[in-house]
Amino acid sequence: MNIRRFVLIAVPYAWLLALFFIPFFIVLKISLSDLALAIPPYSPTVKDGILNMLSAFDFENFTFLASDDLYWKAYLSSLKIALISTVLALLVGYPMAYGMARAPDEWRPTLMMLVILPFWTSFLIRVYAWVGILSNEGLLNQLLLWVGWIDAPLAIMNTTTAVYIGIVYTYLPFMILPIYAALDRLDESLIEAAEDLGCSRTTAFWLVTVPLSRNGIIAGCFLVFIPALGEFVIPSLLGGSGTLMIGKVLFEEFFNNRDWPVASAVAVVLLLILIVPITLFQRNQQRQAEADT
Amino acid sequence: MRRASWFNVTSLTLGFAFLYLPMVLLVFYSFNSSKLVTVWAGFSTKWYGELIRNEAFLDAAVVTLKVAVISSTLATILGTMAAYVLVRGGKFLGRTLFSGMIYAPLVMPEVITGLSLLLLFIGIGLDRGVLTIVLAHTTFSMCYVSVVVSSRLVTFDRSLEEAALDLGCSPFDAFRLVTLPIIAPAVISGWLLAFTLSLDDLVIASFTTGPSSTTLPIKIWSAVRLGVSPEINALSTIMIGVVTVGVITASLISKRRTVKAQQDLQAAERGIS
Repeated sequence: MNIRRFVLIAVPYAWLLALFFIPFFIVLKISLSDLALAIPPYSPTVKDGILNMLSAFDFENFTFLASDDLYWKAYLSSLKIALISTVLALLVGYPMAYGMARAPDEWRPTLMMLVILPFWTSFLIRVYAWVGILSNEGLLNQLLLWVGWIDAPLAIMNTTTAVYIGIVYTYLPFMILPIYAALDRLDESLIEAAEDLGCSRTTAFWLVTVPLSRNGIIAGCFLVFIPALGEFVIPSLLGGSGTLMIGKVLFEEFFNNRDWPVASAVAVVLLLILIVPITLFQRNQQRQAEADT
Repeated sequence: MRRASWFNVTSLTLGFAFLYLPMVLLVFYSFNSSKLVTVWAGFSTKWYGELIRNEAFLDAAVVTLKVAVISSTLATILGTMAAYVLVRGGKFLGRTLFSGMIYAPLVMPEVITGLSLLLLFIGIGLDRGVLTIVLAHTTFSMCYVSVVVSSRLVTFDRSLEEAALDLGCSPFDAFRLVTLPIIAPAVISGWLLAFTLSLDDLVIASFTTGPSSTTLPIKIWSAVRLGVSPEINALSTIMIGVVTVGVITASLISKRRTVKAQQDLQAAERGIS
């Protein structure tokens, strides 16, 4: 093994070990510690000696999480919000991806750019744009009042509905792109064959197009569901105090309550929950990669 | 032949209206003279003037740009190295862990990444400020760079590198003279991606920053928590404008390049026959 190859591997490896891998063990360690009135605000620390530190570890923070219903309600409500937003994003994204795949060839690069462009624009600004639309004096309520469909402003801002809109809006490109990629590869003669054999266009769509774009649908759903689950910005800005999501609880536990051990325990449990969808997602990606070769 | 059916046209029109209308409204209302953002009171550019005179925003913008330039450059170097190791590195001890560490940050919730890095920086007694934000941003953006670059390396014809080695190049020269020019577009888009991610990040920066260095997203966040503000609309418009011009220019350049490459290929084919 020559020295150049060693450096090439060792530099990025060491960087990731130090700044990605080891920090997780610190989170795990602090989640097993107790809150203390000190700097840093937890005990025991390494200064107490490794053995003392290990023997003082306990699962107190985790039993606290289980006993206080704020936390499990927040986990459940995050799962529910992420799930519903994913379904909504699929309902909006699939027709768009389908329309793009069926569009004339010369339109496609432009359509593709229109889907990707929002991704380059600031996430924070895109979420913020909805504040002016959804609030009580906002543009949507003004429009609906002016048209005469409603008599009093709808309270959308600071509700879960606003969070659904925010998540679907910001993660829509993640849903569209993999589905479009799957539909683009689809051999159109298969649909023609189905129609020749007596399928109506709708039946051919459900029996041929949808099953053949399955991998794209699965990938898109995970790409929306996984980040939505730990989302902080959208529920804080659009959801108000009534919306419980675990990313927000973690942030507030850390910055407002300054309870580092509980914040770390919240992070550890969130990570354990995320392992399931992440593993499923990777399995899907691998299967697709194998199918391609 | 493809036909544009009314269903497809409708779903695309509604879908893109949903994606773009909020941003169009934001830009439109940034030129509103009223302090009340949702009441139109005539055209004015006064919020842009107020924005330029607001030194806190300017300071934050300088910090943000500094962090973004340094971290995206570091991330591009480290990410390209990591991509090369993943695609060409062969077998080595801990390869599975290495590829796991490349892909995991892409799906990690920002609150967890931020929290874990903050606890690390406090644990080793590093003062929080520009340096810690740069370290944090480099770590997650290098993974994005490495994914972009490795997808290009996979499709790359390895015999070109081997030819250079056979003709007497050292491995480093072969990389510099053959591989790098071919993967350059991927490396550049990796850098741009890392730069945008860094400009945009609120959560990880909130965890890893110190009291002395505030980035633009943190500044925007504390302003928008109080509701809609015309100054933020003006700032958003500037940011949306820069991105739009950048993305359109980049796509025009790459389109011209593809067209030119096709013309060269056709010319070469004519030459052969």
